[in-house]
Amino acid sequence: MLRRTLLATLLIATPVLAQTSAVMAQPIPVGSVEILSGPAAAYGIAIKSGMELALDEVNAKGVLGGRKIALIVEDSAGQKDQGLNAARKLIGRDKVIAIIGPTLSTEMFAIGPVVNERKIPIIGTSTTATGVTAIGDYVFRTSLPESDVLPVTLKAAMARGVKTIALMYANDEAFAKSGFEVMKATADKVGLKIVAIETFGSKDSDFSAQLTKIKALKPDAIGLSALVEPTAGVLLQARQLGFGKETQFIGGNGANSPKLGEIAGPAADGLIVGSPWFIAKKDQVNADFVAAFRARFNKDPDQFAAQSYDALKILAAAIDRAGAADSEKVRDALLKTDYSGVMGAFQFTPGRDPASTSGVVVLTMQGGKFVVLE
Amino acid sequence: MHDLRAGPYLCLVPRTMLAQQLVNGVLLGATYALFALGFTLTFGVLRVVNLTYGFYFTAGAFLALWLTRHLGAPIWVALPVASVGAGLIAVVIDFLLLTRLRRKNAPELASLMVTIGGVLALYAGMTAWVGPDVQRLPPGLISAEAYDIAGLRITQAQILILVATAVLVAALLFLLRGTRLGLALRAMAERPDAAGLMGINTGRAAALVSFLSGLLAGAGGVLIGLNFNAIQPFMGESMMLRGFVVIIVGGLGDIRGALIAGLLLGVLEVLTAGYLASSLKEAVAFMILVAVLWTRPQGLFGTSTVRRA
Repeated sequence: MLRRTLLATLLIATPVLAQTSAVMAQPIPVGSVEILSGPAAAYGIAIKSGMELALDEVNAKGVLGGRKIALIVEDSAGQKDQGLNAARKLIGRDKVIAIIGPTLSTEMFAIGPVVNERKIPIIGTSTTATGVTAIGDYVFRTSLPESDVLPVTLKAAMARGVKTIALMYANDEAFAKSGFEVMKATADKVGLKIVAIETFGSKDSDFSAQLTKIKALKPDAIGLSALVEPTAGVLLQARQLGFGKETQFIGGNGANSPKLGEIAGPAADGLIVGSPWFIAKKDQVNADFVAAFRARFNKDPDQFAAQSYDALKILAAAIDRAGAADSEKVRDALLKTDYSGVMGAFQFTPGRDPASTSGVVVLTMQGGKFVVLE
Repeated sequence: MHDLRAGPYLCLVPRTMLAQQLVNGVLLGATYALFALGFTLTFGVLRVVNLTYGFYFTAGAFLALWLTRHLGAPIWVALPVASVGAGLIAVVIDFLLLTRLRRKNAPELASLMVTIGGVLALYAGMTAWVGPDVQRLPPGLISAEAYDIAGLRITQAQILILVATAVLVAALLFLLRGTRLGLALRAMAERPDAAGLMGINTGRAAALVSFLSGLLAGAGGVLIGLNFNAIQPFMGESMMLRGFVVIIVGGLGDIRGALIAGLLLGVLEVLTAGYLASSLKEAVAFMILVAVLWTRPQGLFGTSTVRRA
């Protein structure tokens, strides 16, 4: 109260100075909902790290003439209800002008409609399922949907002689299921023959029944759509059951994590995956990002950190262009994004999806590490 | 490496596929049974649905991870040491969570609630401490090569699970049926108050049961972690659901029942996934649970009046 009175006095006394300092004192609240605990916390933590790194760089200069962004990150624990409550809290209590997240497409389908109704822009950095941005005019994503990445991957596999494919996916996860649907549609389109479709649960650790069945059908390739943990599990068990180099494993977006090599070890060798980003990309922006990330977090960034790093910078630039900390104006400014970051050149389509797939690289596992497929 | 190319493909005519699926099922069933042994023991003797059990499974796996990674212990050292370690952790945690309830003769629901809270706190604490990432035991701890027997493939880790499950079931049955200690435990399962009056130190016996169940959980964690090569704080949680099915179908507190129910569940799941549809796997597992509860609420192998241990 006292402060407000003081401010009022100041406002009357020295209008210009007071206005600047009052505004300067107020950081712009931006919210984020990510999985920070529970089995899938690795993704949310990577995303949070990427945002924090970007935030430091943004706040060093400030936006809207020196104002800082205050980032409030809430934990969804991978649960829709908790994520929804977190989003409501961010909007109602923290008065955020935009939200980054949530981590999974499943969560976005729960949270997106609510945030969209409140006319707050929400930007998914890792939500690759079909239909995410169709939720509403305020739902954006910076992650390339699988439908853009997979055709590149499957064509690379066909160039290596793959003609038949078996598909496996986690049927309890929107991201994996939508990845599978895209994989199926893409395979049909490019002329791959699908010989089997098998499902599993994303928390399963036994895939022997499905793999034994597939083995009898002798496909040239197996396409896997799941998060990295079950993907690694499938690969480990496939090797136990005698799948060798003659079978080309193809990963969906979930396989695109250095953790695949850490968990599955040599079992993952030979798998190919399309990626919107790769740590060893040579350009300066990316090299600086990787170096700064390593210095700050003492580990290598992954795709999720790279995507969220760009997303926060894209949002900050949009706030700056909007000229005010106003959700409506920020939304309009986001649509006019023309940004060059660690993922490469970035613009939004009118449907609020990323516009370009030129950055997609096909990677392959070699000795537990990803390298660019030659 | 056994030949991957020449043999299996020629042999994989449908009959071999069925044989391999049965092997897969028995192996999966053995992991379920191995996991459920200690769980059913705590229930049988202490009449406690102890949900912290899944945490001891996690603890065993992480102890083995630490022993092998930082001390370079081989598996035959890491397995017993980690199991005993998990047993000791179980004694401490069960003592802290359950002693008060037992003294007050609290109903089973109370212990269920306390252990739900306890186990969630433990998982969260563990995640905060070691991180949520999946970790693997050092490669080469056990050979990853699979034996190829007439086109059937089985790995060393899987053989170890089969042997360990068989040995542990036999040892437990001997302990419960063939020793004075077992008699005391069974007396406690039957009538804890009367057992106390007959001079059985029920507090100590409860601690022993905690230790044994923690030890079994820990051994399961190490072996299953070794087989699936994925160790992370919540690994116990995902096993718990199957663990429930096994101990209920097998009859609460029934060691032999848990073994048979585990194998049954594993084989049925694999056959469903192999010959019907993999998406029906879970439906089958839980339909069995419902069907058993409808027709034989005491479990397939339980008798309605006698509480077994």
